[in-house]
Amino acid sequence: MKIREDSAAIWFRLLAYTVVIGGSVLCILPFILIVSASLSSNESIIREGYNIIPRDFSLEGYRIIFQVPDEVLRAYGVTTLVTVVGTALGLFLMTMAGYVLQRKDFKYRNFFSFVIYFTTLFGGGLVPYYILITEYLEFTDSMNALIWPSLMTPFLIILMRSFISSAVPDEVTESAKIDGANDFLIYYRIVLPLAIPGLATVGLFLALHYWNDWFSSAMYINSPEKYQLQFYLYNIINTSDFLRNIGAGTGIVLTEGVPTESMKMAMAIVVTGPILLLYPFIQRYFVKGLTIGAVKG
Amino acid sequence: MKTKRKGLWHELYANRILFLMLLPVLVYFLINNYAPMIGIYYAFVQFEFNTSMFNMNFVGLKNFEFLWKSGKLIELTVNTIGYNLAFIVLGNVLSISVAVLLSELKGKWFKKITQSVLFLPYFVSFVILSVIVFNLFNYEQGVLNTVLERLGAEPLDVYNKPALWIFFIIFFYLWKNFGYSMVIYLAAITGISEEYYEAARIDGANTFQRAWHITVPMLKSTFVILLLFSLGTIMKGQFDLFYQMVGNNGLLYSTTDILDTYVYRSLKVTFDMGMATAAGVYQSLFGFALIMVVNGIIRKVNKDYALF
Repeated sequence: MKIREDSAAIWFRLLAYTVVIGGSVLCILPFILIVSASLSSNESIIREGYNIIPRDFSLEGYRIIFQVPDEVLRAYGVTTLVTVVGTALGLFLMTMAGYVLQRKDFKYRNFFSFVIYFTTLFGGGLVPYYILITEYLEFTDSMNALIWPSLMTPFLIILMRSFISSAVPDEVTESAKIDGANDFLIYYRIVLPLAIPGLATVGLFLALHYWNDWFSSAMYINSPEKYQLQFYLYNIINTSDFLRNIGAGTGIVLTEGVPTESMKMAMAIVVTGPILLLYPFIQRYFVKGLTIGAVKG
Repeated sequence: MKTKRKGLWHELYANRILFLMLLPVLVYFLINNYAPMIGIYYAFVQFEFNTSMFNMNFVGLKNFEFLWKSGKLIELTVNTIGYNLAFIVLGNVLSISVAVLLSELKGKWFKKITQSVLFLPYFVSFVILSVIVFNLFNYEQGVLNTVLERLGAEPLDVYNKPALWIFFIIFFYLWKNFGYSMVIYLAAITGISEEYYEAARIDGANTFQRAWHITVPMLKSTFVILLLFSLGTIMKGQFDLFYQMVGNNGLLYSTTDILDTYVYRSLKVTFDMGMATAAGVYQSLFGFALIMVVNGIIRKVNKDYALF
C-alpha cells in the first residue's frame, strides 16, 4: 500500500514538473527571442533568422531609436499622461460607485447595479459607438478619445464593490453615521484608507489597460503626434513590413541602411519595458484581485 | 402608486449624497453605453455623414439584405462561435489541469516563479503578440522556417495557409489568457479544506485519485461562474487577438474573420457604414438572445448559478 502511494506520487510529480516547466518555457521563450533579436545586428537576423542567444551582439537597434528620440518620447508621454489621468479619474469615480452600491441601507443598490451590469449583455455595436465619440462628443484627435472609452467597466465596479464590502464592516459605517459624519466624509475618511489594497488592484487593472491600448488611437486619432505608444509601435512594424514588401515586389530596396529588424525588436522592448520592470509588483496585486473576485463570484 | 412616488423622492432626499456619489458613473454609462443603443437605428437607414440620423433615408431591412446576400454572415457566425467555444473548452481544461498540477507541487519559490511566468503573457499588449507571431512565421527569417531549413525541409509560407491559422489563433489565445483563469482556479484550490485530503489519504487514495475526486469536483462552482461569463460574450470575439495576428490579410479571412473584425473593417477600411451597423446589430441581438436562453436554462436547473 505504502509503495503504491509512493509510485503514484512520483508519477504525479513528474507529470506536474514536465507540464509546468514546459508551459513556463513556452510562455517565456517568445520574450527571449525578442530580447535577443533586439541585441543582434540587423544582418545576422536577416542572414540566420531569430536566435535565442544573440549571434552577433550589437546595440544598433537601440541606437537608431535613441538617435532621434523625439517621437518615441512623445508617444511615451501620451501613453503616460493618458494612463495617469485615466487611472486616477476612473479609480475615484469607481470607488465612489462601488461604495454606494455596497451600502446595505441604499435602497436601489440592486437596481443600479443591474443598470451597470446590463451594458455587458447588450450594446449598440461599434458603429453607433464610433459616431457617438466622433460626431456627438467630438473627441476626434483629442486626448479625451484615449481616456474616455476605458474610464470604467462594469467588471471593475463590481470588483470594487466586493472589495469594499469585505474590507469595511457595516458597523463601522453605521457608527460613523451615528456620530454625524455625512456619507462622503465616511467614504473619504474611513472607507478609502481601509480599501487601499482594493484600490491598488483595480488601479492596476485600469492602468494596464490604458498602457496596452492601441485601439483608441487606431479608431479616433489622425495626427501621429497623438498616437499612444502601442499604436506607435504597431505603425513602425507595419510600415517597415510595407516598405520591405514593396521593395521585394519592385526589386528596389527601400529599407537599405536602416536596421529595420533589430530596430523593431528594440522598440518592442522599449515599449514593454515598464511592465516587465514592475511585473513582480503588478502581478502580486492582480493575483490578490482575482482571488477576491473568485471567492465572491 | 402615490406612496411609492413619495418613497422615491424621500429616498432621493435622504440619501442625496449617496446619489450624488453614484451620479458620475450613471451618467457615464448612460452616455457611453445606453445612448449608442439609439444608434441601432442606423442599421435601417442609408447612412450619410454630417446628417441628422432622422433625416437619413429610411430603407427598412435593406442593409440586412445586403449583409445576407454578401454570403459572409454564416461564415462569420460560425467562426465567431466556433472560436469562442474552443477558447472556453480548451481554456478551462488547460487552466484547471495546470492549476491542479501546480497546487500539488512542493517548493514555495518554484511555485511562485512558475506561476508568475505562466501569467506573464497576459500583461503584454497585443501589439507585442503580433511582433511574436511575425518572429515565428515570417517567411524569410521566421523561427519556423529557420528550423525547417536546418532540418532540410522546404520553407513554409504560413500566411498562405488559412487552415493552419485555426490552430495558431487558438494556441495564442491560450498562451495569452490561460494564466488569468489559472490564477483564479489556484485561489479556489487554496480554499479547499485540508481535511478532505487527510480523510482521502487515510482511505488510501493516491495523489491522482485525490486530485481527480476532490480537487476537480471542488472547482465546479468556480468553473460554472467563469463559464457563464464567457458564454455571455460568445458573439463577441477577441478583436485584439484576431486583428493583431491576422491584420488585413485577405488570404486568411475564410478561417479567421469574425464578426468584430468584419465590422471594424467595414467601418475603417471599406467605409460601408450600413453593412457595419447591420452586422453590429445582428451581433448584439443574437448574442443577447443567446444569453437569455442560456440564463433561462440555468435558472431552471440551478437558480444559484444564474447570471441574473
